Amino acid sequence: MLVHGVLGGVLIALSLALMLVGTGRIAGLSGVVALLVRGDDRAWRAWFVAGMLAVGGAYELVAPQTFDAVAPRSLPIIAASGVLVGIGTRLSNGCTSGHGLCGMSRLSKRSIVATCAFFGVAVVTATVAGRWS
Amino acid sequence: MKRALPLVAGAMFGAGACISGMVRPSKVIGFLDWRSGAWDPTLLVVMVSALVVSVLAWRIVRSLRAPWLGGNFPGPPSPAIDAKLLGGAVLFGLGWGLAGYCPGPAVVSLVSHVPGALVFVAAMIAGMWIGDRARIGDDG
Repeated sequence: MLVHGVLGGVLIALSLALMLVGTGRIAGLSGVVALLVRGDDRAWRAWFVAGMLAVGGAYELVAPQTFDAVAPRSLPIIAASGVLVGIGTRLSNGCTSGHGLCGMSRLSKRSIVATCAFFGVAVVTATVAGRWS
Repeated sequence: MKRALPLVAGAMFGAGACISGMVRPSKVIGFLDWRSGAWDPTLLVVMVSALVVSVLAWRIVRSLRAPWLGGNFPGPPSPAIDAKLLGGAVLFGLGWGLAGYCPGPAVVSLVSHVPGALVFVAAMIAGMWIGDRARIGDDG
């Protein structure tokens, strides 16, 4: 478990580092998705998402148990959650990867504040939601 | 290279999300929900190990004049802490805590057999559209 967490974290960070060192871009995932849907510089975002989907699809074929067998929350809750994540990440301009990793690691004050806020709220929300579901 | 590099980077992100188990909302909720019976520290392990590598990445950036494929490195981070940043982070935290999906792993899970990811990403894109209406444009 611990080894998988470390290996996965290192790979996720190397992915962001490769984009940064290779192209100078902070490839936070909320920005990648939002600006792929409507933005000017779409090509690299499309290739990035293609890489993500290819690996996700490969895991689905070879090791479907990588994913949850059933979603832990009901679909209406998931839909509400998606809307909140979409609005929130655009307003604050980043998510777990953009603020939590790219920004925090360069000691960006905005990213540190945002990450503390969304982590704190997420812990309270998940703990409260967990008692009712 | 302009295509191969983001493709490889995206594949690495996907592999990291799958190997660490972050594509499972149940595992994310298992970390965030402090009252759940079996607390799962994986998310913290992922964040800390990724942060260590990211700090090193910024050190490499500082030693380079320009990115490998041309262009410019991002300027210094903005120091402005405003209501949009805080309000947005609170909304994101609410959404993340409710269902355990954050944008990256949800996209990796789009092609899986779990319908949750598809519903989440569709709703997230709608939310992003709303969020973009409510903000004055800045970087991505």
